[in-house]
Amino acid sequence: MIAIIDYGVGNLFSLCSSFKAIGADICVTGDKEIIRKADKLILPGVGAFCDAAKKLSDLGLDEVIKEEVKKGKCIMGICLGMQMLFEKSYEYGEHKGLGLLKGQVIGMENTIPKDLKIPHIGWNSLHFKKENPLFKYIKNGDCVYFVHSFYAYGCDDSLIATAEYGNELTAAVAKGNVYGCQFHPEKSGEVGLNILKAFCEV
Amino acid sequence: MITKRIIPCLDVKNGRVVKGVNFKGLSDVSSPIELAKYYSDNGADELVFYDITASFEGRQLFTDILKEVASQIFIPLTVGGGINTIDDFDRVLKCGADKVSVNSGAIKNPLLIEQAAKKYGNQCVVLSVDIKRVDGAFHVFAKGGREDTGIEAIEWIKQGVKNGAGEIVVNSIDTDGVKGGFDLELLDMVCKAVSVPVIASGGAGNMEHFVKLFKTLPSVDAGLAASIFHFGEVKISYLKKELNNNGIVVRL
Repeated sequence: MIAIIDYGVGNLFSLCSSFKAIGADICVTGDKEIIRKADKLILPGVGAFCDAAKKLSDLGLDEVIKEEVKKGKCIMGICLGMQMLFEKSYEYGEHKGLGLLKGQVIGMENTIPKDLKIPHIGWNSLHFKKENPLFKYIKNGDCVYFVHSFYAYGCDDSLIATAEYGNELTAAVAKGNVYGCQFHPEKSGEVGLNILKAFCEV
Repeated sequence: MITKRIIPCLDVKNGRVVKGVNFKGLSDVSSPIELAKYYSDNGADELVFYDITASFEGRQLFTDILKEVASQIFIPLTVGGGINTIDDFDRVLKCGADKVSVNSGAIKNPLLIEQAAKKYGNQCVVLSVDIKRVDGAFHVFAKGGREDTGIEAIEWIKQGVKNGAGEIVVNSIDTDGVKGGFDLELLDMVCKAVSVPVIASGGAGNMEHFVKLFKTLPSVDAGLAASIFHFGEVKISYLKKELNNNGIVVRL
């Protein structure tokens, strides 16, 4: 069973529908025991980093996630959920993340050309940087759907794919049992479903 | 590279997709679920659902249909029509919408955009504006294009972005349903005024109109249309090949 961690951030309807569409056994939960029993974890999230990090820690879920991942359980962070896997974020201040991956989250402002719009919204192609089981059913250059203004930086050791938007933006990361997608696989059509399917199989 | 988006718009009334000429004379076209699935399978980058009569009659959106669509279609969904309060945002987001489009609701309550952007993020708030030329000026129209508000369109859009709108849908009433091409003059003005994504709507009659749109105005992010897609006059898969052949980056 895959636990989709519900900590009151964002809309889980589409994510659940996507997993159901590929026949995965899922449970939307904020219950520590269920999270401990799950085979894999999904950390979703939209909105502001500090709010999400606070909600996660207020519920005591940050510690549970860290413990489970340390034991070897696979986790995939999506969008803001991916950003939370890193050490810290500079979104409106400086905030601590889960520290499961090396790197930090920074704004696009001042790092991409001025004529490009922020947020980076829309379908952009993935450029594979490393082979990864997550890409088992997709190919280099496939398009996925992004909506974000911040991105992970200084994460060379986990970087597996980038997207070009005036700069090489971190699109997907993986290191050991920790995975993350900056884009929304649940909104990326067949390609996205195939990424989720691959995660179910890792 | 980021791709230009092609977005079919499904105007929904009584559970069916309809599209009129100049917003009048509606004709039944098809089932929203069938159409949404068809589009998603055939290359649409995003779908927009408008309950076109909601703001006029104050009707609630057909949330059951939305849920059904959202559980089967895995591309971004924008929902509009009858969005007047934060509760309306909440209701459609819970049914699987990714973005919520406000139009008359923002005219009635100018705080709505700001409240929604604070609660759900700018990326969630789409400001849709129906615009028509009146005595040489661009005016914002309300209630599905039926009522001239007298508001100057470009200022209205700028203010909306300042308040937190993350995308702008520009519906030109003058070109809508005429199939003579997008309103490039109006779109150019909007693109120069704001730095958020701009979605062109109203006037597409053939593939060339989309090519011309993106060639003339590279800062337009997406093209939206309804009837030409619903009636099969333009097939999205062909359109995207045509755009690609013309050097416009699209998702194939």
